Amino acid sequence: MKPFAYARAGDRADATARAAADATFIAGGTNLLDLMKLEVMAPEKLVDISRLDLAEITEAEDGGLRIGALVTNSDCAADARVRRDYPLLSRAILAGASAQLRNKATTGGNLCQRTRCYYFYDTAMPCNKRAPGSGCQALQGFNRIHAILGASDACIATYPGDMAVAMVALDAEVEIEGADGKCRLVPVRDFHRLPGDQPERDNILDAGDLITAVILPPPVAGRQIYRKVRDRASYAFALCSMAALVEMDGGTIASAALAFGGLAHKPWRDGEMEALLIGQKPSADLFGRAADRLLADARGHGSNDFKIPLTRRVLISVLGEATNTGGAA
Amino acid sequence: METTELTVNGKNHRLEADSRVTLLDALRNHLGLTGTKKGCDHGQCGACTVLVDGRRINSCLTLACMHDGDDITTIEGLGEPGNLSDLQAAFVAHDGFQCGYCTPGQICSATAMIEEARAGWPSFVSDDLEGPDGLSDEEISERMSGNLCRCAAYPNIVSAIRQVAGGRS
Repeated sequence: MKPFAYARAGDRADATARAAADATFIAGGTNLLDLMKLEVMAPEKLVDISRLDLAEITEAEDGGLRIGALVTNSDCAADARVRRDYPLLSRAILAGASAQLRNKATTGGNLCQRTRCYYFYDTAMPCNKRAPGSGCQALQGFNRIHAILGASDACIATYPGDMAVAMVALDAEVEIEGADGKCRLVPVRDFHRLPGDQPERDNILDAGDLITAVILPPPVAGRQIYRKVRDRASYAFALCSMAALVEMDGGTIASAALAFGGLAHKPWRDGEMEALLIGQKPSADLFGRAADRLLADARGHGSNDFKIPLTRRVLISVLGEATNTGGAA
Repeated sequence: METTELTVNGKNHRLEADSRVTLLDALRNHLGLTGTKKGCDHGQCGACTVLVDGRRINSCLTLACMHDGDDITTIEGLGEPGNLSDLQAAFVAHDGFQCGYCTPGQICSATAMIEEARAGWPSFVSDDLEGPDGLSDEEISERMSGNLCRCAAYPNIVSAIRQVAGGRS
């Protein structure tokens, strides 16, 4: 690990001022320290924000929940209100990592976790995300875990997390405090970026920006499902995951919020696909057309070609479960 | 250099160390507590699991200087020869290891895991998030998935934990 200067932030203003002066935040540290040991990341200054007063889950006035940025993944998943009203979020968090990591990993840090692309991790290899302009080895190399949607010629890395996928389906928002002390709210679905020609930027945060909370809207009716497909039964990243929030009205689909992990540089939502489902009666034909829409622009790169039919099957299976028409698939 | 006050197994320590020193290296190299093991050093194997303020974490993935004032328990703090903790005794009785390298991490992890289950925390395999139904073997396996055993002593590790947790098989 490269040497760095360590400082503990006194308060939020101190933290954002230090970050605006090129310091990197550390909270749980479970992703950052791993990357620092490998020298994939080598910040010269760390500012420890782990003791800031951002570790509470509080009820918002509109009936939603405000999850402080330093609430650990364990505490969020185990919170009685989250379990009761947002089981999708509990399930997604519990699907990720291990208990030890969830005890350290924080809500804000988890949003910022970086890709697990093998070439991003291997400093002997070119990688446009780690070293902009050096090239992308994954395009022609081992790309089993890589993106099939929204990728670019510069980068086919995926966002690896589970928690954010559920938050995108739940229409949650990220609360961000800038170095100027001003707060803004950004939908989680707009927080992560597509790689384009700037894959070094994972998300929309600017220098000095501090995530202070994630805001969940008031709970809504309907079935909540988180499905994760991976290479082993536990403690593995998603090859494809799906967060579904589906409400039925009699025999038709009243609403459908569907988000996917493991497929793109960000949790993926397709409004056109959701619109296609609304007001319709569940059927194999309908689910097939939804899959056609979702995957119309999907592109494999060799080792990850299997993700296209896999995603189709996950979508059809989860929609069957969510609409109580499991046989329809 | 950073100065950090740590309470480890009930004893206070004042650590003077480089900011890069992980909690794992502080315990082993600075405090001489070598029961905690370094396996992968990247949070993937769980051999370095210790309890910080009662919660299990990977000590390899956290900086010692971030733990000023924290209360840390290592395998040495759970029990010693002649005075084993229930889990330590159960691992012996059930032959829950072969080479033993992962065992301190397994036992620290299981100690906290049983408390998490008692507190009603669900897991990924819990059918009912709001009222998890005891520690079945499937629950134990899922909740212990952060601790690898390259000797694959898993069946006996599960048996040892089941005995102490009083779960159903």
